[in-house]
Amino acid sequence: MAHNLLFTAPELLLTVASLVLLLMAAWLGDRSGWLLTWLGVLALIGAALLVPAVRDEGGTAFGGLFIADRFAAFAKILVFLGAAVAMLMAKSWFARDKDYRAEYPVLILFSSIGMGMMVSAGDLLTLYVGLELQSLSAYVLASFQRFDNRSAEAGLKYFVLGALASGLLLYGITLLYGFTGTTLFEGVAAGLGDGISQGELFGLVFVLAGIAFKVSAVPFHMWTPDVYEGAPTPVTAFFASAPKVAAMALLTRVAIEGMGPATEEWRQIVIFSALASTVLGGVAAIGQRNIKRLLAYSSINNVGFALIGLAAGTREGAASVLFYMAVYLVMTLGTFLVVLRMRDGEGKAVESIDSLSGLSRTRPGLALAMATFMFSLAGIPPLMGFWPKFYVFQAAVQADLAWLAAIGIATSVIGAFYYIKIVKILYADDPAPAYERQREWVGAGLLVATALIVSPVGFFLLTGPLHTLATNAASSLF
Amino acid sequence: MNALGFPVLSLLLALPLLGAAICLFASGPAARWTALLTTFACLGLGILLWTSYQVGGPQWQFVEGPIDLGPFDWALGIDGIALMLIMLTLFLMPICIAASWASIEHRIPEYMACFLLMETLMIGVFAAQDLFLFYVFFEAGLIPMYLIIGIWGGKERIYAAYKFFLYTLLGSLLMLVAMLWMVNHAGTTSIPVLMATDFPAEAQTWLWLAFFASFAVKMPMWPVHTWLPDAHVQAPTAGSVILAGVLLKMGGYGFVRFSLPMFPEASAELVWLIYGLSMVAVVYTSLVALVQRDMKKLIAYSSVAHMAFVTIGLFAFNRQGIEGALVVMLSHGLVSGALFMCVGVIYDRLHTREIDRYGGLANNMPAYAVLLMLFTMAAVGLPATSGFVGEFLALLGAYAANSWVAFVATTGIILGAAYMLWLYWRVAYGTSRNADAAAMPDLDKRELASLGAIAAVVLWMGVYPESFMAPMRSDVGLLLARIERAAPPGDANLRRGPAPAPASEHPPAGGGH
Repeated sequence: MAHNLLFTAPELLLTVASLVLLLMAAWLGDRSGWLLTWLGVLALIGAALLVPAVRDEGGTAFGGLFIADRFAAFAKILVFLGAAVAMLMAKSWFARDKDYRAEYPVLILFSSIGMGMMVSAGDLLTLYVGLELQSLSAYVLASFQRFDNRSAEAGLKYFVLGALASGLLLYGITLLYGFTGTTLFEGVAAGLGDGISQGELFGLVFVLAGIAFKVSAVPFHMWTPDVYEGAPTPVTAFFASAPKVAAMALLTRVAIEGMGPATEEWRQIVIFSALASTVLGGVAAIGQRNIKRLLAYSSINNVGFALIGLAAGTREGAASVLFYMAVYLVMTLGTFLVVLRMRDGEGKAVESIDSLSGLSRTRPGLALAMATFMFSLAGIPPLMGFWPKFYVFQAAVQADLAWLAAIGIATSVIGAFYYIKIVKILYADDPAPAYERQREWVGAGLLVATALIVSPVGFFLLTGPLHTLATNAASSLF
Repeated sequence: MNALGFPVLSLLLALPLLGAAICLFASGPAARWTALLTTFACLGLGILLWTSYQVGGPQWQFVEGPIDLGPFDWALGIDGIALMLIMLTLFLMPICIAASWASIEHRIPEYMACFLLMETLMIGVFAAQDLFLFYVFFEAGLIPMYLIIGIWGGKERIYAAYKFFLYTLLGSLLMLVAMLWMVNHAGTTSIPVLMATDFPAEAQTWLWLAFFASFAVKMPMWPVHTWLPDAHVQAPTAGSVILAGVLLKMGGYGFVRFSLPMFPEASAELVWLIYGLSMVAVVYTSLVALVQRDMKKLIAYSSVAHMAFVTIGLFAFNRQGIEGALVVMLSHGLVSGALFMCVGVIYDRLHTREIDRYGGLANNMPAYAVLLMLFTMAAVGLPATSGFVGEFLALLGAYAANSWVAFVATTGIILGAAYMLWLYWRVAYGTSRNADAAAMPDLDKRELASLGAIAAVVLWMGVYPESFMAPMRSDVGLLLARIERAAPPGDANLRRGPAPAPASEHPPAGGGH
């Protein structure tokens, strides 16, 4: 029993913390925003420190329902830190419009518990519960500015489409359960091992479709641009970061641990989805005028590349997915930290790409940071964004999928176009009215930190250690 | 470590980087001086490098590393070919800074920082001994060049910058897949080891094509050369100099360093592709150059034609061809750079590159006319200029390999003479058609110094090419030893004639004593 509690310690801590914060929010009201935010951040950092299987191999809890291995540890630490950053980003942004509420950190904490369960799921039902806990908090967060029409619309859209995806997922789970007789990943894998029946195949497809919705892979990406655009910017930043990592880790685990024997079958689906995502994410982003919509397509594009790593289906492939999501998390959070600072002279938040024109002359530091993130997202060395693509393609080549790597790489040129277009707008265009200068040191510090990780400093020094960690983490799946 | 006792290559990489960082925080004039001093310091280091390079010594000298950095190693080292290309880079950089001294008026610190960053990356490309380190430097060069064209370029700069960036990116990404495959196959990222690795013949073709995609774009070869005229015309003068002088050489360097030694069988098998494209390039781009009205465009097209000599020479599979190609690379780096600077000189005065706007410059700008004449002749390939040495050798090599190729390529020399001399005639001779062109002052000291320096080296290379060929000779020998097993038979069937009989066997002439 004790080991069950030990392996779930981070989630338990977060559960207790979120309930305490909820009560505090109810009693202290919205004035306690700052206090609750910092307490929430502390809880997340504490949870990240408590994550088991960092030094040892970890194990399973509750009879295999919950897996605390290195893979889960890697993803969990990323998720918790990402959530903490998303929490910190939000306070001052909402405070400008006097919109900050004490529920915000609580909702992020609930969502984090869900994400922790997602990456540790060893059973289709744990998976479902974790996913729903994460999603339900996310629906509320999307409509957090409830008097703003766009925000409300985003929340509703997300909810309806999310419910549809949950339905698909549940249907897939029932099929798999019906045809293999168990919901444990191990059992499902054993059931698939003796030949794949029609029913199992359908179950597999529906489960993958449900999760593809969460990672916003084509063709289940439709909600992404609208929700990203409508949700308040800090919430968008959160959606684009931690939950993406959790969902990709979940997908990797389900595909490899739960459906390992059916690799040939799901590989086709994953390859299609990967290429469709990279192409659509690249092409559709070109015409965007809203930076949040653009970043939505950018996230679709990036998920496509990460899926190429999954398609390899090997240890290196899984490691490349983890590595990809780690770097993606930093790049995304950094980009959104810049977007959060986009406020016109009157302090009103702006989202149009045109307003970035000539930023290098009005705000050289901010422009340099943004350009760094853009070149990095385009995957140009010597910026960190090069390595995730590198490892993903390496995994594909090692798995005899060189053709996939070649096509994937060709599509990355499409993506590069709109990233360098932003750089052009930042550096070559005539300056638009300057943004308001903000004295907001938390965000500034985080921005510098993320930019440094992405910069050549991280490129040369962090890559090796991070990849070793990712490889160790991925080993526990095999 | 090396003959100098300190990591000279790492220092050469770090110095411009440091200069770039200082420039970013300096005022305009201070940034200019910082950049100039940095590039001169690097040139000084380069001269030290050249003088302490042991000709005929070990193949790789000044070796540093490997230091393990995860997916790749920090491994540097140069052979003679890399040495000469690094020298070319180091020599052109101060001249580039001087060329931008007055013509760049806004955002000087960023401009100088971009150029210094560019210098680091170019040296890195030639000095890298690790496959992925090479790739990092090779591709990272896109960032500063994109900014240089995009920010300080002419009217159509945005379009040109996109085109440059995306063309080059697509090519180099395909190369990356090939590199991943090679590393997976050979289990090492070290370039010297890979150069001695025999890859299976059927895989070689694919790998060769992937590398070709990258180098052909960089080179550029017809028909993927179309980014070059746009980029050249729109880039600021110094940008054009670097682009023509060094960046294009990366394509040739890539063929010498990767395609030929790593995939000799595929190189031999696909030699028709190189020959075919190069022949088209020589004739077609020369004809296109003939009808240009814009000076920079004319020189840009002539670059494509000259680069075709490089590819023909490299794939001749014999010593003359390869050495000639390497000298063409060096010579073209100097000459086309100088020609772009000559265009820049008059562009700074009249702000147009239309050939028709000029005329009779020999009257009011005699010094300019003389130097332009020298560079025109070097571009045409007049003996005693650097252009002659390389093109002559390259054509000699091509003749031994395939006489038709040599025949077609030689017409390029005639066409080259036509468009270059016609350009010179229209610009420098006759009477000036426009009062403003007739009133232009002659070269100032800064321009005279930079063009004079290039002129001196052009003559040096033309009169005594041995200085430049000696360091490369043994490396070409090693390359030949590697590729000769695959060398396709030449159609010239050159045969050594009967050896002249030794003097002792000659019947005594005349009667005995």
